Amino acid sequence: MSKPDDQPTDIKTKRPEGPIILFFLVGFAASLVLGWGIFPKLLYSQKQQPVEFSHALHNLETDGCESCHYFREDGTFAGIPKLERCMECHEEPMGESDAEAKFIEEYVYPQREVPWLVYSRQPPCVYFPHAAHVISAKMDCATCHGGIGESDHLKVYEENRITGYSRDIWGKNMIGLKKNTADRMKMDDCSECHVREHVHQGSVQTGKGGCFVCHK
Amino acid sequence: MKIGRRCFLSFVIGGAAGTALTPLPWKLTDDLSIWSQNWPWTPVPEKGERSYSDTVCTLCRGGCGISVRKVDRRAVKIEGVKGHPVNDGGVCILGLSGLQLLYGPNRIKTPLKRKGKRGQGRWEAISWEDALAEIAEKLKGIREENKAHTVGCILGKRYGVTAALFERWMKAYGSANLMVEPSVEDSLEMALEAMHGVKASVGFDMENANYILSFGSGFIEGWGSPVRAFKANSIWKDNGVKTIQVEPRLSNTAAKADQWVPVKAGTESALAMGMAHVIIKESLYNPAFVDNYTSGFHGWKQRVLKDYTPEKIAEITGLDASVIKKLAREFAGASHPLAICGRGQGDTPVALNEAMAVHALNALVGNINQPGGVWAVPKPSYSDWPEVELDEIAETGLQRERIDGAGSAKFPMAASLLNRFAAAVAADGEALQALFISGANPVYSLQGAKVFQAALDKIPLVVSFSSYMDETAMQADLILPNHVYLERYEDVPVTAGLTAPMIGLARPVVWPLYDTRHTGDVIISLAREIGGPVAAAFSWDSFEACLEETLDDKWEVLNEQGFWTDTGFEPPAWKDAFETASGKFEFGSEAMDLSPGYSALTAEGDRGTYPLVLIPYDSMRLANGYISDPPFVVKTVEETVLLGKSVLIEINPKTAKEFGLAEGKSAKLTTPQGEARVKVHLYEGIMPGVIALPRGLGHTAKDRFMAGKGVNFNELIGPVEDASSGLDVAWGIRANLAKA
Repeated sequence: MSKPDDQPTDIKTKRPEGPIILFFLVGFAASLVLGWGIFPKLLYSQKQQPVEFSHALHNLETDGCESCHYFREDGTFAGIPKLERCMECHEEPMGESDAEAKFIEEYVYPQREVPWLVYSRQPPCVYFPHAAHVISAKMDCATCHGGIGESDHLKVYEENRITGYSRDIWGKNMIGLKKNTADRMKMDDCSECHVREHVHQGSVQTGKGGCFVCHK
Repeated sequence: MKIGRRCFLSFVIGGAAGTALTPLPWKLTDDLSIWSQNWPWTPVPEKGERSYSDTVCTLCRGGCGISVRKVDRRAVKIEGVKGHPVNDGGVCILGLSGLQLLYGPNRIKTPLKRKGKRGQGRWEAISWEDALAEIAEKLKGIREENKAHTVGCILGKRYGVTAALFERWMKAYGSANLMVEPSVEDSLEMALEAMHGVKASVGFDMENANYILSFGSGFIEGWGSPVRAFKANSIWKDNGVKTIQVEPRLSNTAAKADQWVPVKAGTESALAMGMAHVIIKESLYNPAFVDNYTSGFHGWKQRVLKDYTPEKIAEITGLDASVIKKLAREFAGASHPLAICGRGQGDTPVALNEAMAVHALNALVGNINQPGGVWAVPKPSYSDWPEVELDEIAETGLQRERIDGAGSAKFPMAASLLNRFAAAVAADGEALQALFISGANPVYSLQGAKVFQAALDKIPLVVSFSSYMDETAMQADLILPNHVYLERYEDVPVTAGLTAPMIGLARPVVWPLYDTRHTGDVIISLAREIGGPVAAAFSWDSFEACLEETLDDKWEVLNEQGFWTDTGFEPPAWKDAFETASGKFEFGSEAMDLSPGYSALTAEGDRGTYPLVLIPYDSMRLANGYISDPPFVVKTVEETVLLGKSVLIEINPKTAKEFGLAEGKSAKLTTPQGEARVKVHLYEGIMPGVIALPRGLGHTAKDRFMAGKGVNFNELIGPVEDASSGLDVAWGIRANLAKA
């Protein structure tokens, strides 16, 4: 009596297993190349700042960060200074660099605001009071902003093509690892410090972590 | 090697496993969530430095002080200025929405020259220099032909430095044809001139009155200076002041009044005369004033006693004679009664004898220049400009009679009669060769709008200074856009019923957004371009320099607090108040053949064809002049006024039944002037036989938020001329309403 059922078993045992594993490995390797190598390059576009700027030089010539990044009388933080503030010194060219000439010609004379690309810009749903951190908690600017204050050049601005925000928010490292506090500016990084420093964990809004403390 | 299905699946599984070990899925998830929480069309509040800039609202005649909240250079909110003498922190719905007039889509961004036919809306942008040169060349040509008088000018506001610059320009050029959009202030000031012999604004001490008799004035509909009127209305309610509203329709003001007195449309002044009859007959008048400080009382008294008996008035007004008597006794019995006229928002004048009749009521009870009464308030003074030196062409031009007949032997008291413009231009096609229109939208807002537009067709050059693409700008050949009110300096003399002379100073709160120029500057430039004596009349470098020089000693205080007012102003006592020939208050000026009275002003149209009477009504939610509703305000219009794109016409259920009309049904409205599609709204608050439409709808130009909604009342009515003042005093028109 023939055993029709045996036939498939025979065929199966004959099938070479090599290519299947090979394909698995090819797919595996290709996705690793894609995910680690190509994806980050595709995700971020490289943009130059409209005008070259040296924080180091300005830090030397002025009284430090708060000369330009100051608190207004009502306690709000001015952030990136407006042209008006720059013009307090730069109404006419100071020095003879090309960047200075460009700044004066393209922005100061026509009274146009410089469209600076802001590395630390957070989405509008994030409420971050500088006063609470810098004045009340006496934190240094560098704790969150790193060494930008000592830089001679503005680095390339890497803009996330999906969100439109800077790469500096997620951090240079694609899996979110960091060495310094200033390497990342995501919510986890805020809460890490808040937990460590035992900042108020309750809030009037929820009695717990308080979403609405920071997300308005 | 054979690659089968399994190999493919294996590849995919390998890929999936590998992908899970890369940042790709985790990073994409995070990014997509950020992206989806920050749609670019979600409005986000501006970040930046917060500040406030104070200025004056010029969207109506009210002159309220406003404070504009800004974030950096962007204006984000308008509030009322606390402590301001007009509005003390209050602001109306239109004033609140003013930012949409600044940032809205209807702005004209650069000088424009017409490309297609008039009204087609095809334009090309041109430079200011080219536009001015083109206009100047045409104007020079007209002048050389000795036709300077054929240049006309229509303004939205009569007073202020910009208006004075236009007037000076016209004078130096050689034309007297400067006209201004009318309002009830024209009638009130004429009444004051006839009865007091003074040229002054009419002030109402509303806050201190304790009995209010309103002949149709909509105190909460935007009459006078609206926010001040709201506040006065609140004071009356708080203090139990009795308010009487006389009008054929239950307006919001009537609904809030203590008593609504529905009279037949257009017979308000008949009631005033009936009340005068009762007051005189029963000797309820104030003898201290009437016996000592008035003239012509005796003669007038005889006429009043003979012609205006309560029974006769009852027949005219449809009221009961006892109501008339009761109102008269109450009015005369109050210590500070105040009678006010000007229908709705007061945008249309009333007949001179009507204004005089209401003023005579105030005079009978002696509340002239008294607390809670009517005051003659002098216009705020400005420093004088040097006299214009006229050349021969200008002299000849100025000797020609005005096309509107204002100031002629027939209408000696009128300064401007825009209602007569269309007929004059229609009669003589060459009457005007060029026309300037600034701060006004007569193609929309003048009663008889269609006829006015037809008249414009006969004028070869029409220049608009409008900031917005409105109906009149659409008919222009060239548009020289002005800055909008939040971008410019402007002095604002407030005449709308205030009890002290006042000037507000509008100051720029934001930089001009577009390539617009201040009309004052444009007038100066235009004079320079023309050269000769016209240029010589303008010595100022800019409007701002001119404004500063003209306001002189007031400039500093205006800049500091935003307004100047004569705080110590008290109206003169009776013995010094009147400058008539007799030196007394005049009840009947025989020289001018004028006296307070009632003459039936019949609505246009015959009863057979048009069995109904159509009247307009005003609403705070519908701006109806040069400024029209910004989108926010359109949204507040009730569904009983505007339903979708259809306007609802108010009709009494009884009348509707006679005409076979039901709520919400479409109907065809016809008047001798035009026709329109409307929807029916049954309303118990309107007298049978009368139908009402709101003013402020039916725009054809303007933005998509405003255009194509409802019908323009002004296209359905024509002007009716007051015999003694020449003003348009049409209060309604006969109409028919049929099922459609």
